[in-house]
Formats: sequence, structure tokens, C-alpha cells
Amino acid sequence: MPDFENPERLQREESSGYDRRVIDYIQRASATGLYEIRGLGAKRPLPSFDDLVFLGASLSRYPLEGYREKCSTKTVLGTRFATKPIELATPITIAGMSFGALSARVKEALGRAATAVGTSTTTGDGGMTSEERESSKILVYQCLPSRYGFKPDDVRRADAIEIVIGQGAKPGGGGMLLGQKVNPRVAAMRTLPAGVDQRSASRHPDWTGPDDLVIKINELREITDWEKPIYVKVGATRVKHDVKLAIHAGADVIVVDGMQGGTAATQTVFIEHVGIPTLAAVRQAVEAIDELDMRGKVQLIVSGGIRTGADVAKALALGADAVAIGQAVLMALGCNSDSYLAGGQHVSAVEDYARLGTAPGFCHHCHTGRCPVGVTTQDPVLEQRLEPATGAKRLTNYLKTLNMELTTLARACGKQDVHHLEREDLVALTVEAAAMANLPLAGTNWVPGGDGERGKT
Amino acid sequence: MESVKLFDLAKTPLREVNRYLHRDAAGEGVARVKILNADGAHSIAAGVHVPLEIEIDGHAGYYAGGMNMLANITVHGNAGPGVGENMMSGTIRVEGFASTAAGASAHGGLLVITGDAALRCGISLKGGDIVVGGDVGSFSAFMAQAGRIVICGDAGDALGDSLYEAVIYVRGKVRSLGADARFEPMTDADYAAVGELLGKAGLTHDPKTFQRVASAKSLYHWNSDANQEY
Repeated sequence: MPDFENPERLQREESSGYDRRVIDYIQRASATGLYEIRGLGAKRPLPSFDDLVFLGASLSRYPLEGYREKCSTKTVLGTRFATKPIELATPITIAGMSFGALSARVKEALGRAATAVGTSTTTGDGGMTSEERESSKILVYQCLPSRYGFKPDDVRRADAIEIVIGQGAKPGGGGMLLGQKVNPRVAAMRTLPAGVDQRSASRHPDWTGPDDLVIKINELREITDWEKPIYVKVGATRVKHDVKLAIHAGADVIVVDGMQGGTAATQTVFIEHVGIPTLAAVRQAVEAIDELDMRGKVQLIVSGGIRTGADVAKALALGADAVAIGQAVLMALGCNSDSYLAGGQHVSAVEDYARLGTAPGFCHHCHTGRCPVGVTTQDPVLEQRLEPATGAKRLTNYLKTLNMELTTLARACGKQDVHHLEREDLVALTVEAAAMANLPLAGTNWVPGGDGERGKT
Repeated sequence: MESVKLFDLAKTPLREVNRYLHRDAAGEGVARVKILNADGAHSIAAGVHVPLEIEIDGHAGYYAGGMNMLANITVHGNAGPGVGENMMSGTIRVEGFASTAAGASAHGGLLVITGDAALRCGISLKGGDIVVGGDVGSFSAFMAQAGRIVICGDAGDALGDSLYEAVIYVRGKVRSLGADARFEPMTDADYAAVGELLGKAGLTHDPKTFQRVASAKSLYHWNSDANQEY
């Protein structure tokens, strides 16, 4: 029984509107006069793939032998117009991340791992490095608003071109790379003075809307003699409109990046308050593709918060053809780990996290360029903490694990091909997820917010 | 005798013409190509990466000479948006007017427009040179990073907004400067640069009649006291 008469007793009722997090935000703003900039993606709780479960096979469905029968993961992207579509051994691809945000060593590790598992990796704002081209069998080359380091020779040596309209962490915003990461090599590739706080354009310089995009895509096709698939990447907002417009513009592949998608540096207010969750975005993208009768002609890649084989399987069941992974890939390399490897020994990085004012498990300080584990840095000392061969091995393990989880779930649902996973295999655990994904709430026939028809989309 | 390869876009699909320019012209030892009946087609001679003399008869649509490397391209007519976008080298000469975003993001080479250029001429310029015989529209040289733009006529609003290291030389009136752009005194090196670029473009104005616009560099770094007045 609390002693209410005790003058020593502490009142501890925390306000839900003005909790410690909000007080910290207000006091930080009043101290600095600048918004917070950080890396990674939305941290707030959101309806996600975790809110869905599979209905495994049983009496009414026939499962595959989990450890014996073959389950294909082969994935082909860019079949609409390109004469050289992308053929992958797995639907799990590596998302676009820039050299600048990441070190050249990390880009090399990504390429090596992607090549080892038969998937693609993607450049980012700031151009293509020789390290990633040489280490990546299949490399997607991004065409961004800034056009930093965008070069016709690299267009020709890419395997596909991805026109970036937006990214899930900041739909409507341009790239950002703070001065501490703009070292001489990064600066030279971007034609910028070293050390400048680089704030990229948010609009493309030479086209403005969907009708112009048609012509821009055609130009890239002409330049590449119609060989290479053209992807169009959008940050998830008005997904249905955007996907239809991108298809109209002639995209071979649509990449939809939900609000959980990561960034190397963006305003927190942007990360947390713009865009819609990946779960809602997939459903809308698939609806748009179906309404234009383009299923099987235009492929859909989903990204933003894909972490596990279950996430991949659910995205595919909802109608995606592939997924792209960014943040989890960095975590596989050691992001937010308490140590890094040096000469085969684990060395604690905890003090370096503390210097950034954070701790392993909480760090989002990619923007500082002081990554304690050598992933999101251009610092010549820190970047040595990630050894490309070791990083590639860890990432290969991670991607293989996801692929095994994916086929485990597909076999349990009776599918010989992961692309045969379907909406009918899923139900939702929460009303919110059910409404966003247009799936029934588990154990009911209730599809909240939809037209009540299961599997309509 | 130097052979001239002729294409008529009224008869041959653009895809075939561009493919020839990319792949076959060099092998066949062709040095000059003439493209007839441009008729506003988009992406004419985009992605050429061999030294060729290319003449385009008629008005070109979007992205004429886009991403050009090494070729010298002349448009005998007007050019649509994004002429010479992202060019790396070579020369593109428009004997007429150019629409929006002429020379956008060009890394190198020389783009000459004998008439006027519309909005956003030289946007995101990354090292190329642009000479405009007439006026340029608003937001020209927006976020231009490197390279030089010579404007023989007037400039619209917000000239040189958010400039990095590119330099603008303007002869006529400037309706307004963009954020962080400022007039700076001309030096001998600037007069020489203008003279050189005018010479290459075949124009005869007196370099002494040009003003220099460059970045004040106040936007290079975050500054909480700048009040975000841009």
C-alpha cells in the first residue's frame, strides 16, 4: 500500500502527449533551432507484415514435403519491353543505397553477396563505383533527381535502370548527405565541393510529370537500344495513382517503397509523418496493376521494412514479384551490433556509440558518418571496421536464411514456386492490418474497410 | 570522298537510326550523318558515344542529343525540352530556340543555342558549357554545380538559384537573382572565358558587356540563423 502521506514519495505520472520523448524533442529544437536529421526509417509502431499469418495446408490443401520437394524461387523482372530482362535466383534483391551514404567497401560487400546468391544490387544517389560494378553480377543503376555522377557509360554497363521518383522514408524529398560524409572521392563523383552539406533536388531536372516521364523512359530505352529493363521507384503515398501513371509511362518494373523504408539522412519529421505503411502500399500497388490488367507483364518490387523470410513470403502472397532490402542488409553487415571484427576478433564498439550519444540497438546516426561498425561512413579509419569478404559472407548467410524461410512457408502452403503464394493464403491478426491489406480478420470472414469480398484484389 | 549517311525519319524508325549511330556508324567508317524530317521526334541522336558529325533537319522534340559523348550535333530548327541533357562531351548546336531544361545536368561539352532558351536552362549543370544567343527563362542554372553559362540576352527570375560552383555570364537584364546567387566583379580570366565561349559559338559580342553571377556559398552548410529565407 503506497504511503500517500510520505513527503518523499515521487509523483510519476507521465503525460502521454508530453512524454519524455516529446519533451526531449521540444528541448532539442529550442537548443539548436534546427530539425533533427537522422538515418534508418520510421520508428513508430505501424501495421505491418507481422500482423498477417499464413493458413498452412491441411485437409483442404496439400502441402509440399518441406525438406525434399523442390520449390522454385526464380524471379524474372522486366519482361514488358526490355529485350534483356533480369533473371534472379531469388525474389530478394538489395535496395538502392548510395556510395557516400555507404563506403566503397560496403558497396563491394553488397555486390559480392548479391552475386553469391544470384540476386541484384542497386546503386544510389552519387553514381556507380567500380567496386560495386565489378563485384555485382547484376547491377541496377539509379537515375535520380540530382543526377550526381550519372553517366552514359554507366547506363550502358548497368543491367537495368531505375528512375527514382521518391523513396519511402521521404516521399517528396530529395537526398541529403551531410558535409562530414562528402569526402574528396564522394565530392568528385558528385561534382560538389568536398565537405558541403549536400541537399539534392527533389524533382528531376529534365521532366516534370507523367506525360514527360513517358518521353524520358523512351529516351533511356533509345540510349540502351531497348535492351535494359526500366524500373520506376516511388515512395508510398498515393500508390494507386502513382503505379498506374508509372505503368502508363512505360515502366517495366515498379518499385514501391513504404514508409518503413530507410534513409541515410533525412529530417525525423519527414521519416515519421510522410507516406503510408508498406502493408497498405503493396495492396494498392497490386490493385493498380490488376486494374490495368498488367499482372505478369509489369513486375512489382516492394520495399520498406522487409526483414524476414516471412515478410518476403507475405509480400509475394499479396502480389509482389520481388522485394528489396536496405536497412536489414546493413544490420546483417553489423549495423547496431555492439562489436566489429578485426583480425577475426570481436572488438567492442560500445564506446564509439556512446560518443554519438547512443548505444547498440538504438543507433540511427548514419548521417554523422561516424558509424561505429564501419558501415555508413566515409571515414578512412572507421570504414576499415567492415572487411568486404567478411561482410559479404554475413550478408550471404542472411539472404540465404530469408530464402529458406520463404520456401518453407511456400511449401507449407502447398506451392512449388514462391510466386504461387496468394492472398488466399493469408489472414490478418488486427483490424488495421485487415483493412489495409484487404484481408479477413483471422477466424472471421470480416474484411474491414473493403467491399467484403475476400481476395478481390 | 567523305561519305554522308542519310536517314529520313519519315521512312526509317528512330530506333533504327539511333541504333546505327550507337553501333554501326563507327564500324562503317561513316563520319557524317544527316537526319531528315525530324518533325519533333524525341530522343534523336540520344546516347551517341562516338565522334560523328550529325545534322538534324527540322525541329527536334525532347532530349535531342541526350547524354551525348564525342559527337558534334547540329539541329537546324528548334529543340524541345532537355536538349543535350547530361551530355559529357562533344558539341550540340541548336540553330533556333530551345525549350525548358536545355543542357540539364550536362557534365561536359558545349551546347550552343542561337535563339532563346526557356525555363531552367542549365539546371543541375555539372561541368558543361552553354552559350545562349538570346534570352533565358526563369530558374536558369538552378543548382548548377560546375561549368559555365553565357547568356547574351536577358535572364528571367531566380537566375542561379542555389548555385554551387558554376559561373554565369549575362549580357542583358536579370529580372531577379535566385537564393544565394550574387553578382561578382569580372576578372581578366572571366573576360577571357567569355571571349573563348563566344568564339566557339560563333558570336561576336564584346566580353566587356557581360556580368558575372556566382554563388555566395551561404547555403553550403546548415545554419540555424539563416532563417531559411529560400
